[in-house]
Amino acid sequence: MSSITADGQAAHAHTSSEFGVGEFISTYVFSRDHKVIGLQFLFSTLLWFLIGGLLAIGIRWQLAWPWSDMPVIGPMLFSAEGGQISPEFYTMLFTMHATVMTFLVIIPILAGAFGNYLIPLMIGADDMAFPTLNMLSYWVMWPAFLFFGGSFFVAGNGASSGWTSYPPLSSVTEAAPGSGLAQTMWLIALTCVGISSMMGSVNYMTTIIQMRAPGMTMMRLPMTIWGMFITALLQAFALPVLTAAGFMQLTDRLFGTGFFVPEGLIVNNSEMAAGGGQPLLWQHLFWFYSHPAVYIMILPAMGMVSDILSCFARKPLFGYKPMVYAICGIAGLGFIVWGHHMFVSGMNPGLGMTFMVATMMIALPSAVKTFNWLGTIYGGKIQFTTPMLFALSFVLMFVIGGLSGIFMAATPVDIFIHDTYFIVAHFHYVLFGGTAMAVFGAIYFWFPKMFGRMMNEPLGKIHFLLTFLFMNGTFFTMHILGAVGFPRRLADPYHYETFRHLLPMNQFMTICAILMVACQIFFIVNFFYSIFFGPKAGRNPWHANGLEWQAPSPPGHGNFDFQPIVYRGPYEYNSPEVDEDYYPQTQPPNERGDTDEPATMVNH
Amino acid sequence: MGRFWSLLFLSVPILGVMVFLWSALGLYPLEGHWFPELVVADSSIDHLFYVILWMTGLVFIGTGLAMFWFLWKYDDKKYTGPVWYSHGSHILEIVWSVIPAIVILFLAIYQMDAWAGARMRRPTLENGEPKPAMARVTGRQFEWKIQYPGKDKKFDTPDDLYTTNDLHVPRDEEVVLEITSEDVLHSFFLPNFREKQDVVPGMKQFVWFKPIKDGKYDIVCAELCGWGHYKMKGQITVESASDYRAWLEKAYNEQELSEYSLAEAE
Repeated sequence: MSSITADGQAAHAHTSSEFGVGEFISTYVFSRDHKVIGLQFLFSTLLWFLIGGLLAIGIRWQLAWPWSDMPVIGPMLFSAEGGQISPEFYTMLFTMHATVMTFLVIIPILAGAFGNYLIPLMIGADDMAFPTLNMLSYWVMWPAFLFFGGSFFVAGNGASSGWTSYPPLSSVTEAAPGSGLAQTMWLIALTCVGISSMMGSVNYMTTIIQMRAPGMTMMRLPMTIWGMFITALLQAFALPVLTAAGFMQLTDRLFGTGFFVPEGLIVNNSEMAAGGGQPLLWQHLFWFYSHPAVYIMILPAMGMVSDILSCFARKPLFGYKPMVYAICGIAGLGFIVWGHHMFVSGMNPGLGMTFMVATMMIALPSAVKTFNWLGTIYGGKIQFTTPMLFALSFVLMFVIGGLSGIFMAATPVDIFIHDTYFIVAHFHYVLFGGTAMAVFGAIYFWFPKMFGRMMNEPLGKIHFLLTFLFMNGTFFTMHILGAVGFPRRLADPYHYETFRHLLPMNQFMTICAILMVACQIFFIVNFFYSIFFGPKAGRNPWHANGLEWQAPSPPGHGNFDFQPIVYRGPYEYNSPEVDEDYYPQTQPPNERGDTDEPATMVNH
Repeated sequence: MGRFWSLLFLSVPILGVMVFLWSALGLYPLEGHWFPELVVADSSIDHLFYVILWMTGLVFIGTGLAMFWFLWKYDDKKYTGPVWYSHGSHILEIVWSVIPAIVILFLAIYQMDAWAGARMRRPTLENGEPKPAMARVTGRQFEWKIQYPGKDKKFDTPDDLYTTNDLHVPRDEEVVLEITSEDVLHSFFLPNFREKQDVVPGMKQFVWFKPIKDGKYDIVCAELCGWGHYKMKGQITVESASDYRAWLEKAYNEQELSEYSLAEAE
């Protein structure tokens, strides 16, 4: 951490003369710079976000107007069925919607995009600890993109055993005709995503532990970094289990092993050869990763929201240490609650009770976080900027998603609402209302740092307002469907007497969902317009305290043009020690009124 | 604009509570958008749902209102007072850890009995033996095979009665069903009975309930089982004990008469 190398000027010098093709490739394609890798992750995941959203529209279309022609797209995709979505295609739609959103959007956008971009900047390092590993962690995503993407087009149907890929449906090729190659490709892609996450997580842990700037103690880290750090730990310990399970399922499919195939299985009237396995084993292994993965998908978002809230409330984060402990608590408990996905799976009911108690306990750190966020905005001077609006909506949506979690943590209630839309409502409130809103907020917040220009505020606010309204229109109503027992994953729920009258409600939700996707146009336009034509941001447009705001915007290779030295935590807003309402981490103390230009700023 | 955004956030708890109230009361246009009619004696799941709904509802309203008030009051454009420069409060942290802990602990213990009743305390015969299954339900792609043990009360004997997607049970009696699967995972879901259990090939499981209301209700498959998952629909008929016996008799006679027997077709 001694060498602070180049600055923005050095990077520009290249462009003038000897900037050849090789230079271009090593700077922008196979780059080892954490910022470029972060942006590569950002652009890739945003593209997949759009694809995942369109898949969701396909699902919603079928639920609102079952078996009717999809306008425009229908004749292109399903001309054989006269423009209708077939039940096979529907199963693929929800499988791939969840797969894409989980593995290609949320996890990589938090850890890959924001983790990569922010960790070195926020801890005052010049890059990641292992830049080459970092580059690989992005490029290993490409086989995953190709395999997941390719699985749409291989013969038959595409992966269609749900994103949870429960055997025997997924492990016995005969159980889902046509999904043979696709499911295998799905498993390989999953492994690639796992490798990428593992490379990232090792890198993040090492970087955060080893490369913090002088003075940056662990308890002076921004919450974003704490979120990323704990996430990296979770991934490192949970991922090997998923990878192993994925390989077991792969050998079940390809080489006739029987890890998940029980004895005497009869599929399509023919007896399966392999046997002696246990389908529930997969569920245990899968959720042993995928429950911590739920926290992988929210902890960094919680961290980013904490930073944004504190910045725009112009007030220190309320209860920094309890917030850190709460993140650790959520992560720790996250390892012993996977069984709550399996209350009605056939798992021993006694075990269910144990998992229930552990699951209930997660409400505690979550409550602590929520109350501290409210404490943060209490008594501040709240600036309603676009990132702040998204961060505030994260808090409110997380409250809904967290509270609805208590219903399904209660084992007897879960008997009724398991696999209904109540669950769908719950995780969409956590993952869309929560994480996706936080991600939007984070993009608006750190965009000036990433591209050196501001995003347009009015457009951002319109984007927020519409997304917020249509999101609640789409997802809140799902609670009501859940109360009726409306099951997930049915191509046509309406031939059940119990659910027939729910069609108008579903049509309302679909209209909201379509509008929600459509209003992202405001974001896309704003994003690309601002990259090129937004007003110049300067180093610290939000008057924030974090180290990243002391670096140039965008930071050149090596990040800082001075050696950052940290004197305090990142949340000293409206400190009585200074006249301004912010007090950057790098500003030396006791210089009040001494000089206009603090010592560390001399190099600017 | 601060005022506008505060009100927008306020609308979430207001509209949220209204949507729940509207559908729970079954007001226009949300008639029937709540629990399907309960037809079993045990209402503990519904009761527990309402307990949690009240509890979480209060927290939801409380946090929503607090958030609205803070946003309304501390709007940068309107609020001229000093910023509360505070890094937190020990007492508050303890208060908002301990109170939720007590509530959650209460809830965890409170629900255990309902869970035990639904999954651990299988009805017994007078001699204390667990009550044998009245019928065996086997999920397969994409139907429910139903097997009654017949007069000898033993499964897989020649006097068994086989039906497909048509389950009959007597009213006012503890019904025990044996459920399993022969191919992939399915889930035996009876919305009106608040009963749901995944069926797993290679595993024999039991569910029990005491129906108290005559009628025909849906059997839903609630676990993805392949492309035809959506059409894996069965029907459960609750009828008086005498009607039930008459139906058994009639169905068995029909099975004997017809040359086609499901058992042989297998």
